[in-house]
Amino acid sequence: MTTLIFEQSRPGRRNPSHVPASPPPAGDIPAALLRDTAPALPEVSEMQVVRHYTRLSQKNFSIDTQFYPLGSCTMKYNPRACNTLAMLPGFLQRHPLAPDATGQGLLACLYELQEILKEATGMRGVSLAPMAGAQGEFAGIAMIRAYHDARGDHRRSEILVPDAAHGTNPATAVMCGYKAREIPTDAQGDVDLEALKATVGPQTAGLMLTNPSTLGVFERRIVDIAAVVHEAGGLLYYDGANLNAILGKVRPGDMGFDVIHLNLHKTFSTPHGGGGPGAGPVGVGERLLPYLPVPLVAKEDDTYRLLAEADRPHTMGRLSTFAGNVGVLLRAYVYARLLGRAGMQRVAEYSTLNANYMMVRLRDEGFDLAFPARRATHEFIVTLKRQARDLGVTAMDFAKRLLDHGFHAPTTYFPLLVPECFLIEPTETEDKETLDRFIAAMRAIQAEAESQPDLVKGAPHTLPVRRLDDVRAARELNLVWEDGD
Amino acid sequence: MPFIPHTENEIREMLDTIGVSSIDDLFDEIPDGLRISNLQAVPEAVSEPAVTRLMHERAARDRQPLCFIGAGAYEHHIPAAVWEITTRGEYYSAYTPYQAEASQGTLQLLYEYQTMMARLMAMDVSNASLYDGASALAEAVLMAVRANRGAKSRRILMPRNVHPAYRKVVATITRHQGIELEEVAYNPANGCIEDAALPRDADGVAAVVIPMPNFFGALEDVDALTDWAHARKALVIAVVNPLAVALLKPPGQWGARGADIVCGDGQPLGVPLSSGGPYFGFMCCRQAHVRQMPGRIIGQTVDLDGKRGFSLTLQAREQHIRRSKATSNICTNQGLMVTAATIHMALLGGDGLRRVAVASHGQRNALLARLCAIEGVEPVFPGPGFHEGVIRFTASRVEAVLAQLAARDILGGFSLKADYPELGEALLVCATETKEAHDLERYVLALQDIFSNS
Repeated sequence: MTTLIFEQSRPGRRNPSHVPASPPPAGDIPAALLRDTAPALPEVSEMQVVRHYTRLSQKNFSIDTQFYPLGSCTMKYNPRACNTLAMLPGFLQRHPLAPDATGQGLLACLYELQEILKEATGMRGVSLAPMAGAQGEFAGIAMIRAYHDARGDHRRSEILVPDAAHGTNPATAVMCGYKAREIPTDAQGDVDLEALKATVGPQTAGLMLTNPSTLGVFERRIVDIAAVVHEAGGLLYYDGANLNAILGKVRPGDMGFDVIHLNLHKTFSTPHGGGGPGAGPVGVGERLLPYLPVPLVAKEDDTYRLLAEADRPHTMGRLSTFAGNVGVLLRAYVYARLLGRAGMQRVAEYSTLNANYMMVRLRDEGFDLAFPARRATHEFIVTLKRQARDLGVTAMDFAKRLLDHGFHAPTTYFPLLVPECFLIEPTETEDKETLDRFIAAMRAIQAEAESQPDLVKGAPHTLPVRRLDDVRAARELNLVWEDGD
Repeated sequence: MPFIPHTENEIREMLDTIGVSSIDDLFDEIPDGLRISNLQAVPEAVSEPAVTRLMHERAARDRQPLCFIGAGAYEHHIPAAVWEITTRGEYYSAYTPYQAEASQGTLQLLYEYQTMMARLMAMDVSNASLYDGASALAEAVLMAVRANRGAKSRRILMPRNVHPAYRKVVATITRHQGIELEEVAYNPANGCIEDAALPRDADGVAAVVIPMPNFFGALEDVDALTDWAHARKALVIAVVNPLAVALLKPPGQWGARGADIVCGDGQPLGVPLSSGGPYFGFMCCRQAHVRQMPGRIIGQTVDLDGKRGFSLTLQAREQHIRRSKATSNICTNQGLMVTAATIHMALLGGDGLRRVAVASHGQRNALLARLCAIEGVEPVFPGPGFHEGVIRFTASRVEAVLAQLAARDILGGFSLKADYPELGEALLVCATETKEAHDLERYVLALQDIFSNS
């Protein structure tokens, strides 16, 4: 067990080279406004800090160390050049409010990224402002609302969301003042078109859709769905969570979507960083252009300029203090340039190849597919319902045992529609040997589940901790450390 | 093929296993009319040396002028170890720690971060971060309305001396949830919230936002304001600079009962200026409100053997469980930025952070004193402050002066004319511990030179 940094603290231990030697006293601040003692942060040496956080890092699974087939998360290799080049001093040291004239190099990258994303998605305009996918969703639905409001169409009170959607979709609809209404999915994983027709009407503001869906299949009737929603006066929102599956093959704009968000931390390979930062640019068609969030990057002659509220009077507004997660955008830009036009198409091709290969191999090993009659997209679903029923070994048990085999688990128990499910997304950057090793591990765990189920149910056995008591974590809340814990 | 490892043989074997003849066949469920052949407007691939050269040229083109702009982003020394460790692949390329047993590194680090922030702010609990300071304030406003069930309204008192971009973001994010943002004027003599401007009919107000320091760098009478709000059953949302709090009274000790929710931008804690992001937003609150707090929260627990471990907790608040009834649609936090901030705070310690804050305060005072000694410059809000302060040009236009300073490779400050036209030719200037006496001298000489030539 690694001790907490606080447990290594000794009063009076300092790292003087990082702080000003003898600061002048703060004489002019009234005593009532001053802090009486320095904050009780750890007192540790630089070497202790380096050793502690290096050791902690070694307790993580990561793309750089393990296969991470986490469905719907697109855990592909994050090229190191993207990080190195985004962290050049010229970009890092620049103040966000420095004049545009001192940031032409940066703004050129951002402008070109906007153009690349427009082309890749088939949209008319792109804003890089949203700082994460969920913020992109918010911006998108807020733009739909701004569009209806500008037309005086105030009856529209509902956003339609397929029952397989990510939880962010209904949560976003509510944040924009809409009611979220679910649309069922049919047995083949497509949206139930008849149910959709019966649900749309003058109250429909829009439909949020992921395509390929979270069920790992391409929504085949997307053109009909778009027509139904548009005829009812609603707009179509594309959740870009699964764009990796179709990059360079099909574009949301061509499918009829009016507004989209992308997750650059998925499709454009910026790092997930243990849960952020991400970036969730939004793209729009003609009708929503005036409402894009600010700032936008404009090119006027050969000069780049950030456009703000004064230039964009109908904007849905501002989402961050400055210009969003610029460093993430730079990483995505470098990635896009390294891939180029043909490389983007290969993303869809090889992520789809890997997923279909794994799906067929796992089926042949005796695992049950959720949609055996369908092609996989960049991901697919295995259901372990049979194992749970017959052997008492659940998807969670399989997931934890995979960790012992050195693989991060696939997404478990999502989508909610498929019981005991694994959503498996290998991505295009994994080689065949790795996929084969994962399949061998699944076969081995299946054998264990049949012969010694307790081994699987007690997993993991080789990680820094065994299975954790989540109930206790929520019931006896311990969110900050106190001496003696 | 960049980042694709497949050999020709492997591709063939895989296609044979699947039972198709080409990769293209795998897309046969997509209607023909939707397929495109290429992305014409995307440039052809370039090699790593070529893109390296391009990025170096562009970064070099962005000159590094001597910068006296603050206004929400502050230059501080960041120890080399911070980003050396933060960009280790095990932190950099890990996902949100859903599989707790395989994420104990990130989880323990976030628990340590929560502890550090709670101690810094003198609050009970902290979340694991939000996007940035402005969006954290928006989330705090929504949280306050949820938490203050006794309030009769969704009114929020939002002082005019809160960062203008924060106010815009709060308006954007809360617009559709029936939140009423009521502006509170500042006192023209000192830039602080005007007592007389606080509404008389404040009963029923859900929360009062108190900035510390405020956008002008001035220090609010936080004790009196906190007590005023609590006397009217309003919650107090403190929006603070976390470095300033190493020197100033922490929000948990404001007034008789302390602030209820604390938020702000964590950038001064080890995150480079980076043209505006990524930074991270922080949020702390009282234990009583923890179930209304948005964002990831890490808890300590035990494993099957009774050994200490960490996991995401209170997930019942979140979108992936609660869907349309979630506290927020937020999924990610700014994990990597928090990794840097945690290492930064561990390296500096409480004493180190305080010294940086004291030194920054000293340089801010020195800058204002030197500038205001120049004929043609006057202080707008005399009095104590942190990080920055406001000056006015008595005989020159701000834009003209800034342009001439820029021509001398100096960024003189942030013009207040767009956001605060009532202040005239006013400029917000900032100095932190990174500025030395000769930097201030250069600014002063340049300004004198500009004035003497105009």
